[in-house]
Amino acid sequence: MTLMAIAFYILAIITCGAGLMVVTVKNPVHAVLFLILAFFSAAGLFVLTGSEFLAMLLIVVYVGAVAVLFLFVVMMLDVDFIKLRQGFANYLPIGGALALLILFELIFVNIAVASKGAAAGNQPQVFTGQDQNIKAIGHVLYTQYTYLFEMAGFVLLVAMIGAIVLTLRHRAYVKRQDIFSQVTRRRKDAVAIVKAPTGEGIKE
Amino acid sequence: MTLGLAHFLIVSAILFTIGVFGIFVNRRNVIIILMSIELILLAVNINFVAFSSYLHNVQGQIMAMFVLTVAAAEAAVGLAILVTFFRNRGDIKVDDASMMKG
Repeated sequence: MTLMAIAFYILAIITCGAGLMVVTVKNPVHAVLFLILAFFSAAGLFVLTGSEFLAMLLIVVYVGAVAVLFLFVVMMLDVDFIKLRQGFANYLPIGGALALLILFELIFVNIAVASKGAAAGNQPQVFTGQDQNIKAIGHVLYTQYTYLFEMAGFVLLVAMIGAIVLTLRHRAYVKRQDIFSQVTRRRKDAVAIVKAPTGEGIKE
Repeated sequence: MTLGLAHFLIVSAILFTIGVFGIFVNRRNVIIILMSIELILLAVNINFVAFSSYLHNVQGQIMAMFVLTVAAAEAAVGLAILVTFFRNRGDIKVDDASMMKG
């Protein structure tokens, strides 16, 4: 149990420290890298609670897809990030005070819920042998939450189409092959038989 | 020394606060704001997973999966809007975003 506690404190400190670096560091590329670190150690926290599947999902989805997308956009956009940091010091006192207030409120509520709520005194769920975490998730997900699961897929589809529609650019001066107009073209639209009088030729 | 539910909830509270703080202090930088939103959603996920584990009920982890889905979709659409905004303006200052109004 002490080993778990040590692992918890290391992972928790890394998660919070990396999160704080994400919002305070100057270079946005470093911010994305700290975001990856925060997600990675949060996945470690998930493993400590016994939910391994979600931990792996977090690494695959966030580190593999979302963080790389962020990194790609940060590197693609040519933005003066120093200018964007203006006002950081102005907002720091009031923002910090409000954040501390929110933090204390949340911690009070959390300690109250954890000590008096439905889960008070419980131990984390341990999956052993045949009784695996991913099996339990699969049983619940594909029986009770089938429609919600398909809706989640639909959300991803809509997001994909939306992102493509937003970023696709039609440039007028670029000539592209239009297969539909090629295939639907008929002979009478393109070819005409003209009688040319002898010695005169054809005018346009 | 045993790990209680409160430990995980406090980590989640700290992460949530950091996310809100990031939105406060980086008001002009949309990319950092999007990353702060990701941090907030991560805090929500930690809450879901901790409660799911300590209540011995796997449904919390399924909700966390849906949160993950929505977070990924939100990041993709947000970054696409950002790229379009940058193409139109040549900059990503949020102060200029009101030029989009009707």
